[in-house]
Amino acid sequence: MKRLLKYLHNYRKESILAPLFKMLEAAFELFVPLVIAALIDRITDFSQTGDRSFILKCFALLLILGLVGLVSSCTAQYFAAKAATGFSKELRHDLFAHLLSLGYPEIDRLGTSTMITRMTADVNTAQNGVNMFLRLFLRSPFIVAGAVVMAFTIDAFSAGLFVGVVILLFLAVGLIMRSNIPLLKKVQTKLDGVLNLTRESLSGARVIRAFTLEEQTASHFREENGDLSRIQQKAGRISGLLNPLTYVMINLGIVFLIRLGGIRVSNGALTTGQVVALYNYMSQILLELIKFANLIVTINRALASANRIGDVFEIPSEDASGDPKRQQDLPRNTETPAEAAGTDRKDKTAHIEFRNVSLRYHENSDEVLTGISFRAEKGQTIGIIGGTGSGKTSLINLIPRFYDATGGQILIDGTDIRELDRTELKKRVGIVPQKAVLFSGTIAENLRWGNPGATMEELDEALRLSVAEDVVRAKGGPDAVIEQNGRNLSGGQRQRLTIARALVKKPEILILDDASSALDNMTDLKLRTNLRELSANPTVFIVSQRSSSVMGADLIIVLDDGEAVGMGTHEELLKTCEVYREIYETQFKKEA
Amino acid sequence: MALDTSGFVPKGNLNTDSSALGKTGQKETIKKVLRSLRKYRFLILFSLFLALVSVIFTLLVPIRIGDAIDRIALLNTEQGIWQKEAIAGFLIQAAVFALIVGISTYGMNLINNRITYHAVRDIRNRTLEKIGHLPLSYLDSHSQGDIVSRVIADADQFADGLLMGFTQAFTGIMTILGTLIFMLRMNPAITLVVVLVTPLSLFVAKFISSRTYAMFRDQSIERGKQTSLIDEMIGNEKVVKAFHKEADILEQFDEINERLQKTSLKAIFYSSLTNPCTRFVNAVCYALVAMTGAFFALSGAAGEGSRLFGGITVGTLTVFLAYANQYTKPFNEISSVISELQNAIACAARVFEVMEEEPESDDSGGRELSDVSGTVDIEKVDFSYVKDKKLIEDLNLHVDPGQRVAIVGPTGCGKTTIINLLMRFYDADSGSIRVEGKDIRDLKRHSLRSAYGMVLQETWLKAGTIRDNILMARPDATEEEMIAAAKASHAHSFIRRLPKGYDTVIGEDGGSLSQGQKQLLCITRVMLKIPPMLILDEATSSIDTRTEIRIQKAFSAMMEGRTSFIVAHRLSTIMNSDIILVMRDGHIIEQGSHSDLLAAGGFYAELYNSQFAGTSPA
Repeated sequence: MKRLLKYLHNYRKESILAPLFKMLEAAFELFVPLVIAALIDRITDFSQTGDRSFILKCFALLLILGLVGLVSSCTAQYFAAKAATGFSKELRHDLFAHLLSLGYPEIDRLGTSTMITRMTADVNTAQNGVNMFLRLFLRSPFIVAGAVVMAFTIDAFSAGLFVGVVILLFLAVGLIMRSNIPLLKKVQTKLDGVLNLTRESLSGARVIRAFTLEEQTASHFREENGDLSRIQQKAGRISGLLNPLTYVMINLGIVFLIRLGGIRVSNGALTTGQVVALYNYMSQILLELIKFANLIVTINRALASANRIGDVFEIPSEDASGDPKRQQDLPRNTETPAEAAGTDRKDKTAHIEFRNVSLRYHENSDEVLTGISFRAEKGQTIGIIGGTGSGKTSLINLIPRFYDATGGQILIDGTDIRELDRTELKKRVGIVPQKAVLFSGTIAENLRWGNPGATMEELDEALRLSVAEDVVRAKGGPDAVIEQNGRNLSGGQRQRLTIARALVKKPEILILDDASSALDNMTDLKLRTNLRELSANPTVFIVSQRSSSVMGADLIIVLDDGEAVGMGTHEELLKTCEVYREIYETQFKKEA
Repeated sequence: MALDTSGFVPKGNLNTDSSALGKTGQKETIKKVLRSLRKYRFLILFSLFLALVSVIFTLLVPIRIGDAIDRIALLNTEQGIWQKEAIAGFLIQAAVFALIVGISTYGMNLINNRITYHAVRDIRNRTLEKIGHLPLSYLDSHSQGDIVSRVIADADQFADGLLMGFTQAFTGIMTILGTLIFMLRMNPAITLVVVLVTPLSLFVAKFISSRTYAMFRDQSIERGKQTSLIDEMIGNEKVVKAFHKEADILEQFDEINERLQKTSLKAIFYSSLTNPCTRFVNAVCYALVAMTGAFFALSGAAGEGSRLFGGITVGTLTVFLAYANQYTKPFNEISSVISELQNAIACAARVFEVMEEEPESDDSGGRELSDVSGTVDIEKVDFSYVKDKKLIEDLNLHVDPGQRVAIVGPTGCGKTTIINLLMRFYDADSGSIRVEGKDIRDLKRHSLRSAYGMVLQETWLKAGTIRDNILMARPDATEEEMIAAAKASHAHSFIRRLPKGYDTVIGEDGGSLSQGQKQLLCITRVMLKIPPMLILDEATSSIDTRTEIRIQKAFSAMMEGRTSFIVAHRLSTIMNSDIILVMRDGHIIEQGSHSDLLAAGGFYAELYNSQFAGTSPA
């Protein structure tokens, strides 16, 4: 929570004024019993019968107190709302920026749904907590304390009773809350479980039925659901105690108070009006305590959310982890193509060298890449082929430093990539990921992702090269709108557009990660021919499971279980590499 | 007002689809709700009784205290005597009443607690069981998120809102009535003041909420936009990063964020005015009661008043002041209670919708399928998902035991539909499918489905360990059997490399596993069960061809003498099938073995040859 408090800094004024005005309102409320006491004393005082103007004065005073209370309360609500929404705005900004700054390993670890929940539900809960906190957290204790103080000003002797009752009440409320909060956490965990089971029973409907597991699934659900219900009831039994218990305690307090008050009045130490005032203060305490207890629940929930958010902030961002140059500011991508082309590197190609590179994702797990060494000359095409899980994607993910190698060295133009500026490096690499992702917006906007300044001609050229012109035509031109995740396009259409998007960037290093899997053979061939003609002559990496996609490459790396079991051209590998030959033959079995 | 434990639940959508809920629909729903709560009727009655007790005694406590104060006030008069006994008597009564209130309230809380959570549990269990029996056509055509939110949030809102709303409304009405009666008995004139002023707070609340409604709508629109941006960008964060678009996206985000803050501020501020405003109305009411009460007390003391507007004592005045607060409270809550109830009914309607959905036809009278050798006959089958869009027409096929049937064809030609029909996920519109000569509609679904082993293109894994997922097929399998199955499916080597091997916990939907790895696990499942017939629907689409060939070998060994159906787009995987069905637009256009079809030189030959186009190194 502490680390989130800084988001109130810009709203310091509001965060102080809101509770202050709330206290002001409370203070005016505390005067009401005094007015009533005066009123009662006057009407029970028989020496001054018929003083109607005094009653009117009291009435006016009560109205004014109410009105002033209204005004200060509204003011407080405004400041609280402003501070809370401002808080959440800045928090959301920072959290989103932080999430965007995370590296691939952290993204894998957190998971998309967690990140989205943190950004939405948790931030909202935290905002609500701040709002309620500012509004009520000072008010309730203030009224309780104020009522006790007022009691002291009326009669110190009776006020002792107040202190006793308040202490007992706080103990009771505290105990109930303390035993309840852990239960509520358990409820949340169980609820997540039940939610997940529901989802699974839907998403797995076919499999569940195929294995005739309907009854088992339902009984597993019943079990979890029964557990949830039991914990909820347990929590309810404890929290349900709160209201009746405080009610009884306060009323017993009142009974003692009146008893005591009676004696004090008979001694002449108190007036009847004062007894009534004390009675009213006691009632006020009850009302506030109940509000306070509910507030604690809200705050607790907000704190839990705040802690979860705080945990996300604890995760070091990509730049902070091992890149000393850039700490805070996010990479910008606004310069013109001329600038992007760079002045010092005219030919826009690079040679890349892997020196004994290995990678493991978790400390305790096996290596996914072991001892990979190769050299890709400028402008060459490198094919990477291998089975599922052989490490193909892991290998190319190392080039733009999505992951850092855990052993060995990768050099671009002779420089270790860990010494390169991360953003610069990414700019030089154009990647077409396995999963063809497009974003909501027009086709042109999507194509300009890697190069905001690209001209219409450049877009057309990229579309031609990626055999995607017909996609654009089918959709009605480059300004046609793509829906979220490219829902309104087929897999093959999406794939070609993602290739075009990478080409618009005019990268020095172009990586196609199984990027033609959804394309038919003819289109794939055309694409590969086009890639050979790229004017910028980039170094190209083609990852594929199809030998037809890589057989034209200058160098083919054959991966098997993370190791390079073969390296060379198609012809060489056919002779020397058994794994490669096997792949080739399964796909091109000649009719015997 | 008990501690709101349910708030931890994602609350039901307030903008529940109300179109499904006309006036008559609402009545219907209320009837159904009452029916579903029937088994709790005695508990509910008892709860209501306790509520009544608690209300009456809550109202009596101030009266006894007022009586005591009156005796104290008497001290100020000339005939002032210290009525110790009388005061003690009143106070003891007050204490006992307070205790009764406490006990009956807690009792009511316990009962409500029990009813609520039991009702919610029952509803969830019933809904989930129902899901197991809903036809797949329903599940396929409804959003999963929507059904989940019905089972989780709506069920919760329904039980919670209904019961809380109901008891709150009940105690509220009882409190209002009780206070009115008690007040009228004490002094009709002051009562009139209270009755006239209090509803003002209702109007104020209504006034504010009708104006803030639009603001909340604006807020949820902005929030929706922001969530969808977050969803899109975080969901594809790796691509965002690969194109270093972070700053641009953050800018986009900030724009929405700014607007969201403005709309939220408005909505939160204006809606938060309700409390101070109603409190002000209450303050006015309180002041008026104090004033009129004081006048009456004065005139009473002076002996001027008539019987009706007769003077009141100081004690009565304090009772009135206490009542003024108590009487207004239900009014302040009434709008939220009403919306709570309405929401609960809307939620109930959504839950009932699922529960009342037509289930799969009853198969309890169906026959068991035994000694399956693998003869399958499809005769004159017509089928369509949408009535006016015929998909499969006049499909005929005879499969002998142990034959391998491959189905090929372009996307959308109906390949997967055949699988749906074979497994009886869907029923044919006309014609019949027979296994071992028995019409599958006369069989028990379980019996039919157990006869098949199925691997689909869409992998499905549940949250749990790898082991849990494999053993799903056969919970009693031994460790050795499991590992043997994993080896056969070539999943063993990647499982072994996971941090905890077979005990590695994978998240929902396979978590960090690759698509190919997920498919391998699904295949392992089937390897473990070895059913008499096999269905592979693009089962190896995400697996590289080399591994695929090996798995095919394992499949072949396993399927020796067993009938199998294979859907695949890679022709290499189906070449050695006994029968290849070439489908196009719902019809089988070609049928025969690989060499027959190639020789025929039709559509299949065209498909087959296209994959070799341009394969020679460029």
